Amino acid sequence: MIWPIEFIILIMVVITGIGAITIRDLLGAAILFGAYSFLMCLLWAIMGAVDVAFTEASVGAGVSTVFFVAAVFRTRRRSRD
Amino acid sequence: MKRIGLIVVLLCGGLLVYGTIDFPGWGDPEAPASRHVSPYYIENSIRDTSVPNIVTAVLADYRGYDTMFETAVIFSAGIACFFLLRVFSRKSPDVRLYRHVPTSLTIRIEKGGKLPEESPDFERIDDEWTPYDLIIKTTCRLVIPFIQLFALYVIAHGHHSPGGGFQGGVILGASIILYAVSHDLRATIRRMSERVSALLATTGIIIYAGTGLLCLVLGANFLDYGALAAVLGVDPVSARSHGILIVEIGVGLAVMSTMVWIYYILSSVGRNDEGL
Repeated sequence: MIWPIEFIILIMVVITGIGAITIRDLLGAAILFGAYSFLMCLLWAIMGAVDVAFTEASVGAGVSTVFFVAAVFRTRRRSRD
Repeated sequence: MKRIGLIVVLLCGGLLVYGTIDFPGWGDPEAPASRHVSPYYIENSIRDTSVPNIVTAVLADYRGYDTMFETAVIFSAGIACFFLLRVFSRKSPDVRLYRHVPTSLTIRIEKGGKLPEESPDFERIDDEWTPYDLIIKTTCRLVIPFIQLFALYVIAHGHHSPGGGFQGGVILGASIILYAVSHDLRATIRRMSERVSALLATTGIIIYAGTGLLCLVLGANFLDYGALAAVLGVDPVSARSHGILIVEIGVGLAVMSTMVWIYYILSSVGRNDEGL
């Protein structure tokens, strides 16, 4: 295991996670959440849980992002809080 | 109020981090989790089920009951979306937009106007219609068959490599969603209607539960695929492998059609006419 890569991915996970809940633009939050899922998928793959990584990539980064974007498209793009 | 919330969150987070100190080290062979049941699966799963991927054997055979209800949870998510968001309005919209395909003219028809006849020349379009995009449509048309082929591979090859019903079903659903995004929702619904997706989701659950019930009828426990040997005409070990495949197909069907169903409802605010 190359620890600097793991460390960078962990830092990015924290950054995207905090960004997804603080950003006002809901479309941006959806995309950040997709990025968070993808980075988590990389972490699962590093830890050897390939089945979980596969599920995270297809469900978390793929379909749920599409659902979020569809919901944002049909409601408002700016959040009030 | 916001400050109190922040303090509570930080406190809980700190406690959780403090709790991880007591966790066993990563990959520790002496950890309780890897001493109790894991050795049994690692040593016996290939002898019991002839499935090289232990995760699939555990998920669909040893813990088949959990997976059945996981599929049921996804199905009920689709049902919940349907009951919360779907609207059945009998009255047609006041203004309809049609496009005359050979001349690319857009026709606006007010309420009471004469609607064009059903013909390939006239195409009903959404309020927010973007002009025909050759690159996106052609690319998606090229890519979608390969995505679907890959999804079927993921479902069928779950015995040997990572993958299985859930992942394959989601990828298969994503290919149909990609079609809906690149063309429009009406064209997608014409190919795979809401009724079909709901029926397929139910069929998937019935395949799973029915396999379990068949085992019960044949005199074994619920979801004990070894009993299927008499029906499939193979030895009990291969029967467990085949049973896993049957169950995975059911999961794939249910997940695929539920994803498509939720997308139809979400992207059209429950009206199932104008989509993303």
